Amino acid sequence: MSIFINKDSKVIVQGITGGEGTKHTARMLAAGTQIVGGVNARKAGTTVQHKDASGSDVELPVFGSVAEAMAETGADVSVVFVPPAFAKDAVIEAVDAEIGLLVVITEGIPVQDSAEFWAHAKAKGTTRIIGPNCPGIITPGEALAGITPANITGKGPIGLVSKSGTLTYQMMYELGDIGFSTAIGIGGDPVIGTTHIDALEAFENDPETKAIVMIGEIGGDAEERAAEYIKANVTKPVVGYVAGFTAPEGKTMGHAGAIVSGSAGTAEAKKEALEAAGVKVGKTPSETALLMREIVKGF
Amino acid sequence: MFGATGHSERSRLAFGVCPNIRRLIGYRVDLYEYQARDIFESHGVPVLAGIVADTPEEVEAAARQLGGVVVVKAQVKTGGRGKAGGVKVAKTPEEAKAAAEAIFGLDIKGHVVKRVMVAAGANIVEEYYFSVLLDRANRSYLAMCSYEGGMEIEQLAEERPEALARVEVDPATGLDLAKALEIVKQASFPEELHDKVAPVLVKLYDVYTGEDATLVEVNPLVKTAEGDIIALDGKISLDENADFRQEGHGALVDQEAENPLEAKAKALDLNYVKLDGQVGVIGNGAGLVMSTLDVVAYAGEQFGGVKPANFLDIGGGASAEVMANGLSVILGDDDVKSVFVNVFGGITACDAVANGIVQALEMLGDSATKPLVVRLDGNNVEEGRAILSEANHPLVTVVGTMDEAAAKAAELAA
Repeated sequence: MSIFINKDSKVIVQGITGGEGTKHTARMLAAGTQIVGGVNARKAGTTVQHKDASGSDVELPVFGSVAEAMAETGADVSVVFVPPAFAKDAVIEAVDAEIGLLVVITEGIPVQDSAEFWAHAKAKGTTRIIGPNCPGIITPGEALAGITPANITGKGPIGLVSKSGTLTYQMMYELGDIGFSTAIGIGGDPVIGTTHIDALEAFENDPETKAIVMIGEIGGDAEERAAEYIKANVTKPVVGYVAGFTAPEGKTMGHAGAIVSGSAGTAEAKKEALEAAGVKVGKTPSETALLMREIVKGF
Repeated sequence: MFGATGHSERSRLAFGVCPNIRRLIGYRVDLYEYQARDIFESHGVPVLAGIVADTPEEVEAAARQLGGVVVVKAQVKTGGRGKAGGVKVAKTPEEAKAAAEAIFGLDIKGHVVKRVMVAAGANIVEEYYFSVLLDRANRSYLAMCSYEGGMEIEQLAEERPEALARVEVDPATGLDLAKALEIVKQASFPEELHDKVAPVLVKLYDVYTGEDATLVEVNPLVKTAEGDIIALDGKISLDENADFRQEGHGALVDQEAENPLEAKAKALDLNYVKLDGQVGVIGNGAGLVMSTLDVVAYAGEQFGGVKPANFLDIGGGASAEVMANGLSVILGDDDVKSVFVNVFGGITACDAVANGIVQALEMLGDSATKPLVVRLDGNNVEEGRAILSEANHPLVTVVGTMDEAAAKAAELAA
């Protein structure tokens, strides 16, 4: 078991013919992911050449639309690499086609575009979005939908959810000998699809996940809300880390943001909220990894 | 009463007090009041006539042009300007000039006044509040509106929350006239004002979406003795991610107000924020760099309170050129005593990063003068460390872990 993605996931790539799409399609295949095709309306009917995990040649079909790609291949996951200006349309197209999981890697999407596609996806209710501006999701040894380096670590009992890409990699590296069930980078943009809470809920329900690492950053109040959720709903041990204790003052949209969220958004406020929910919070990534080691020892 | 005297204290919702790490604040650009006024006007929002001036003589001429009573308003990106003497009413052009002489050069919470706006006076009878902003927590937009002016909006929100209407605006359907009427009703506007105020809110929403803003705030929105509804003072925060489709926005950025090192970094396309410590920091990924700042500050406690000197995220690529650019910005900072290069080798593996560092030091030659502590982890870490040890650069110390490297860098900066 794992969450959101596994060896049976059939993945397409929106923007498979672009530079980033090409590079990461190769990496996702090498990580064992079942990539079954891609989408680019202008290159529909062509194919792209890659190698799979065993080094054999694979020829992937390029479709004109997500709906067509799903109909032809049975794809249930799509990874979006299209440039920011076209990302909203790509996401809405995939949502309309009712893809189950949509991982939006694209960085630099105008936040009003994200707000619009999120409102659309929420109303439709059939697509889980991860991102945008995120490293994606990996179930080590099974599948990678995104840009997380697949060779850092293997399978194991830890579930990881993080706003930050490189901190995700750092934590996977520090706990590489123990391994991970699934690691999700949810992205740090102001509007994101899957939240800390969504991931915590899924990890709680995943029998393979025995403990959870949650990594946050200053800004917003997602960590505070996650802390409340943990207190009420999570029985598995959770270890936390929050980056940004020494970041300068000045928060998202100043005081209007604080009026809205009721939180200052500081690292200290997030740490306190997590600790009040029984989460052990590390001062540094290394200390956080040590806290997790203590927990894993007891298994 | 005339003009906006005394209202600016309430208008500090939009602006933080320090430079921000852009990623965390939604990539925003905050505008001056006069810029917001011009944008409002271009979207048909009713505003008072206003002329920007950079000298007392220009202020006098502007006051003459506008005629009648004017208000001279300091243009600074912070609140509290009324209290600080940055807003003055003038009955004649000569009075306006004298007011300007008192306002130019004022230091308002660290912001020195270099520009003012001369605004036409208005006979204000009532003051209201309106804002529309991105609501992160609900992944939606939120309109906030109050019929009551005359007090600080945060105080109002806290003490009498029922007086501040909060209405969600669905990003997919927007704020149309029906929604605007719902907002003014909820904000307890008397019925005779509904049809006057609601269309102004629709136009302000047009500013919000049309300009790719993350915040549009009018404080106060006023009713004049003539019964007109006017946006007297406005704040707009723009989303930098949308610059590609907002051609005019680049020109709104306040180049002069930027720190010179930040301006240099920006020109090199680096994500850099100047801080006030002594340890220069370079890393890849915003989260890791933020974490590095924390670790340096903790380590610095052992060495007399040494702190990080900057935030610099060179991103996933970390090519030699990007590394050289980053190092040149940091080494140009006189406050920097040591540099901590903290890289996790992911997609760009450690050997490539190590080569980048070696080449960057070659490119910089004699201009590289400060000790570098390098910590590499991740893919191909052994190869990366081997490359650095072979290069054996006198300024470079390679340390195994992030915490130890931070301690070493802090020690070197102490």
